[in-house]
Amino acid sequence: MQIYLPIAETSVNAFTLLGVGGGVGVLSGMFGVGGGFLITPLLFFIGVPPAVAVATGVNQVVASSISGVLAHLKRKTVDIRMGTVLLIGGLIGSLIGIWFFNLMSRLGQIDLIVQLSYVIFLGIIGGLMLQESLRALMRSKNPNAVRRKLHTHIWVHNLPMKMKFRTSGLYISVFPPLLVGVGVGILAAIMGVGGGFVLVPAMIYLLGMPTKVVIGTSLFQVTFVAAFTTMMHAITNQSVDVMLAIFLILGGVIGAQVGTRIGVKLRAEQLRILLALLVLAVCGKIAFDLLWTPSELYSITVAGRF
Amino acid sequence: MRVLLAFLVLLAALPLRAEEVIVGLSQNRVSLTVNFEGSEILIFGAVRRELALPEDSALDVIVAIEGPPQQATIWRKARRAGIWVNTEGQELRAAPSFYAVATTGPLSEILSVDADLTHRISTRLAIFEARSGVDRTDPAAFTEALIRIRESEGLYQQREGTVDLQRDTLFSTRLTLPKTIVEGSYAARIFLVRDGDVIDEFETFIDVRKAVLERWLTNLAYDQPFLYGLLALFLAVFFGWGASALFRLLRS
Repeated sequence: MQIYLPIAETSVNAFTLLGVGGGVGVLSGMFGVGGGFLITPLLFFIGVPPAVAVATGVNQVVASSISGVLAHLKRKTVDIRMGTVLLIGGLIGSLIGIWFFNLMSRLGQIDLIVQLSYVIFLGIIGGLMLQESLRALMRSKNPNAVRRKLHTHIWVHNLPMKMKFRTSGLYISVFPPLLVGVGVGILAAIMGVGGGFVLVPAMIYLLGMPTKVVIGTSLFQVTFVAAFTTMMHAITNQSVDVMLAIFLILGGVIGAQVGTRIGVKLRAEQLRILLALLVLAVCGKIAFDLLWTPSELYSITVAGRF
Repeated sequence: MRVLLAFLVLLAALPLRAEEVIVGLSQNRVSLTVNFEGSEILIFGAVRRELALPEDSALDVIVAIEGPPQQATIWRKARRAGIWVNTEGQELRAAPSFYAVATTGPLSEILSVDADLTHRISTRLAIFEARSGVDRTDPAAFTEALIRIRESEGLYQQREGTVDLQRDTLFSTRLTLPKTIVEGSYAARIFLVRDGDVIDEFETFIDVRKAVLERWLTNLAYDQPFLYGLLALFLAVFFGWGASALFRLLRS
């Protein structure tokens, strides 16, 4: 069954869309990731224009993180103060990202920028994830191995304008969280992702936040930044496709439920390796498209279309 | 005297209108609904003739359908630092979003160059290049690329010999509008051709419109982007939160 997308102005198969949403939903349920970083490139592969894929991907992030953030707020595992600082940074970053996105669209380079960002970030994340999960697998076989110390004070924490974050038990400068927020906001606007895959490691390793508030606080920031970015894309370049979003969201929420169920039953380390390989495969496919001589050297951009 | 003059003028004009084309379309509205997969249009007609059929020349029919024009930029990629990047762009003042030509025979044989230029029938002549920035060595390569890409997408079609003309009177042809067509008014022009010249022409329009819901969403997105953004967020929150609430209810 074909579905006509009014903003993308093309039709795609409804079951393909539900499959993409559902498949990524299963993964996000299993691993607790947002999945935006897989949805957007998969949309490129099925022929959705990159600008629409990015703007709609970020809309989907709102749907996939809203129920999580509500649950964490109820359990009080959100550092609201830290979340707000990260959010302020995120909104600034989103504005920068949107400006850059629209500039590159006008110069005809947006597809390249989006693809390059994906190659770089998926490459780094997939590589780190693979390394980490292989190490975890070794550690589980050899329980006597030395564990790394989690919380260390580094120079960035001692910058001026120190602030108390009671829930996280931190007294650090506002600049590191603000800058982390800006970075995540830029990624959200350019790549159509929530940015949790960057935010979570940054909160643990860079800011030194305790693990119990990391997920809730990152969801808090991601939800609001994604909502803001959706609005900005809708207002500045009209590239959010509601019809496309509904199918992705429907597939996603059902998939996430299935994924949560599967995730409980299976062994996490081995699954993490699979996820890492999948991320690297998507990265490899996009990289291949950039490096391989294309069969058609020319492309068309039409004023007012994507 | 004046009556005689009018009669003479009419008589002089008569050979031009000796053969007249009458056209019908299977549909003159195409609705881009949720499950739109493209559309086929049947164009049929007859040649009305008040004089005897000329025996020394052949009659041909050309059908051209032209979608709303768009401003476009054609980009050419080149390898920079190992990756393929858009390096050169050529702007087009206007290129039809859809262009299909169906004929009874090879276009170059049945239509003279002059007549083609006057009536802008072949695909190449429907595209207007921008005058600025033509310091390039091969500006034509960009227009050719546009035609090649759009032909592969079914947006430009050159279908020679697909108009079925029977006994020099009845003709019909089918054209496919692919699923990627844009909204707007599509001009359908039908030409009667003899000895390379157009002897009669008929023009009608096909209205391609998004269906009610799609129309409403597009209008909202472009006219009220703030409200549209809020709608997108509302749907995301509603489905995202609603679905997990529903699953929680089902589990308990």
